[in-house]
Amino acid sequence: MSTTTYAGRPVDVSDEGFFVDPGQWTEDMAAQIASAEGITELTERHWQVIKFMRHEYENKGTGPTVRVLGKTSGVTIKELYQLFPKGPAKTAAKIAGIPKPRGCI
Amino acid sequence: MTAAKIEKVSIVISKGSLDGIYPGLIMANGARAEGIEANLFFTFFGLDAIHKARHEHIKLATVGNPGLHLATWVGGLPGISSVMTHYMAHKMDQLDIPSIPEFVEMIADTGAGLYGCKASADLFGLTKDDLIDQVKDIITVGEFYDLAAGGEIIFT
Repeated sequence: MSTTTYAGRPVDVSDEGFFVDPGQWTEDMAAQIASAEGITELTERHWQVIKFMRHEYENKGTGPTVRVLGKTSGVTIKELYQLFPKGPAKTAAKIAGIPKPRGCI
Repeated sequence: MTAAKIEKVSIVISKGSLDGIYPGLIMANGARAEGIEANLFFTFFGLDAIHKARHEHIKLATVGNPGLHLATWVGGLPGISSVMTHYMAHKMDQLDIPSIPEFVEMIADTGAGLYGCKASADLFGLTKDDLIDQVKDIITVGEFYDLAAGGEIIFT
């Protein structure tokens, strides 16, 4: 675990860069995290996924896998990979300030 | 020093049973979820996983499969493979594991490349038309190695 700074505020992150405490996340941090992941502009479609990640985490205590995202977020698997080429569930979780989703499928 | 991250995998699926196909599919899908480039190469009976007429009818191997913990002779009884496959499908559905046709389509949507093996296609008299639309091509083993260059190869 280490501490990093987003939007001028200190945040605890795991070795892989995921938020340890999702309560430390605010929307204005998203663009900076996304940019470090190679996403230069967060579109409305990105935000649909990011908000869905937060929503799922708040309800279930864990982020959804790509399969769940494809079935329930309103964004298809194909588009998810266009939006987040380095892995939709993983990247969106990082930008949404929640821990890395665990799940094999 | 931390180990270098895996950037690319090429997964060979060579078996045509349910238990022979799922592991390779899970590894391919999991690779894409991690942002790892992935190609799937279906060879020999593994071709059934991308065969239009057969991929919905993949069965669990009940003969010569000690992992099922059944008496050997039970595995060969008529209908046992279907019954066990049905039972497994039910369990998988409860865990929201997709069926093989759905899973293969999903993996193609993640951007992974699906390829059939030329030697096997020739052996079974199959052409690209016999395979699902997501299959990019039927390729030789040499072409497979070209595709796999610079990555890891996983044989299942």
